[in-house]
Amino acid sequence: MKYKNLRKVIFYIGVIIVLLYFLFPFYWAVVSSIRPPEELFSSHPTLIPFHFDFESYVQVFTERPFALNILNSTIVAGSATLLCLVIGSIAAYAIARLKFAGKVGIMILILMVSMFPQVSILGALFQILRSFKLINTYPGLIIPYIALTLPLTVWTLQNFFRDMPHELEEAAYIDGSGKFNTFWRIVLPLAVPGLVATGLLTFIFSWNEFLFALTFEQLPNMYTVPVAISMFTGYYVVPWGQIMAASVIVTAPLVILVLIFQNRIISGMTVGAVKG
Amino acid sequence: MSKARSDPLHKSDPIYALFFIIPSVFVIVLIAFWPLAQTFYNSLFKSALMFPQNKIFVGLSNYGALWQDPRFVNDLWNTVRFTGWSVSIETVLGILVALMLNKKFKLRGLVRAAVLVPWAIPTVVSSEMWRWMYNDNYGVINSILMSLHIIKQPIVFLAFPATAMPAIISVDVWKTTPFMILLILAGLQMIPDELYEAARIDGANAWQRFWSVTFPMIRPTIGIALIFRSLDAMRVFDIVFIMTKGAANTETLSVYNQWTLFTRGFITPYFGYGSAMSVMIFLIIGVLAIFYVRMMKIRLD
Repeated sequence: MKYKNLRKVIFYIGVIIVLLYFLFPFYWAVVSSIRPPEELFSSHPTLIPFHFDFESYVQVFTERPFALNILNSTIVAGSATLLCLVIGSIAAYAIARLKFAGKVGIMILILMVSMFPQVSILGALFQILRSFKLINTYPGLIIPYIALTLPLTVWTLQNFFRDMPHELEEAAYIDGSGKFNTFWRIVLPLAVPGLVATGLLTFIFSWNEFLFALTFEQLPNMYTVPVAISMFTGYYVVPWGQIMAASVIVTAPLVILVLIFQNRIISGMTVGAVKG
Repeated sequence: MSKARSDPLHKSDPIYALFFIIPSVFVIVLIAFWPLAQTFYNSLFKSALMFPQNKIFVGLSNYGALWQDPRFVNDLWNTVRFTGWSVSIETVLGILVALMLNKKFKLRGLVRAAVLVPWAIPTVVSSEMWRWMYNDNYGVINSILMSLHIIKQPIVFLAFPATAMPAIISVDVWKTTPFMILLILAGLQMIPDELYEAARIDGANAWQRFWSVTFPMIRPTIGIALIFRSLDAMRVFDIVFIMTKGAANTETLSVYNQWTLFTRGFITPYFGYGSAMSVMIFLIIGVLAIFYVRMMKIRLD
């Protein structure tokens, strides 16, 4: 009995260590973002702040176009997600349900892209976007993000469509419904859980992406959130309070998203891998 | 045959399929394959990004120069070092926490959510958070180590090769172990309880049960997680760029490549050389990917 209790105690100590490890950096960012400067720049910071000061949050929005950066990220990630779902779902449906030559080839083509190191196409993609005058525009990021997230979307959704029963579609065809109509009216509504899971992953990827955003958006008013935060650090000053405030601002919606859609996100992450 | 005719689902319809597939193929060719071909073409020239008209054809000599470039070879080694360390630590930690989460206990939902958050936030943000914690003057890590009397002087973690790379690896571990945990947890949940029952009846202890039941069952999942993670780690850019910009011998291939293309190659004729580096990185990761896929196939047989 005693032995069992001891094991339980050790287990819960482990749980607490894991929780602390994953959550402490967030706690520290929040605490740092609300400290007054003299407390922030102290060599022995206290675990709990003595004074609260929201000046860093004000500065983020008054000294920088951070509100615009949030808007940019929302537009880019939102459009990329919607378009990727539209384009990806019809391709996934064709792969799962329609018969045509070269299907395997197309699957390989799409999956190959998921292994592409982004840096390998960085220089040439810059030239191509520049020739279409897409540098410093929203489409200049949205289109690359669609391409980068399509493989996962197509792969996950075609798995999803394959697992759906055929009967409904067959009934629709017998009623004289066309291919596209059947897909749009019957299949897609049933696939909402899969669409939400892959949509969330696409959104998170596009919201977080850094290398392309850093290269293709070169005006402060066009920066996405990650690029904007990376540019806070100047040559002489690092405005730590502002960096932490901005970090908290962009982390908060993701935390809420994660808490609401926990199971969907996890299923999106694991479906490809566990099924093989 | 007659069944196929009465069943419209299984009729061959290339026209519809074409319409459904074309948008995806178009975007992927435009954004992935065309630039890849263009990168290879660029790599055959000596040129600057801003002066595309002044290019000189040099054949494959940029590729030869790559292996003569000590910085490239060194960064390749840094990238391999980074990948090896972070992926192995993530795998071990991932298995441990996944085993923990596979038990039913209070706070389990909280732990699962807490684990997911580092994975969901931008790498730039997590790197900035840790860069602040590693700060030499005001960082909490130095402060804790000093109040525990482990060190007397604050350590400038990100300025020395001995500590900068481990610091960068620690951020990657924090950020991506969640991916490992959740993947392995999904694998664990597919193991039928009967197998554990059987092992228990045979008198196997916890350690034996892990090695004879759990591990063989999650091995394929771990294999896939390893592939994803190491291909990803080989491309690391964000963490290094934010934490050190490649200083203190932490530069990785992507960081050097981006710098060569857009800083050095902007007006001086190094854009072609940078393109050769891009192609080489693609080949290295491609070979690795093919190697992994082969390995997995053999195991699946």
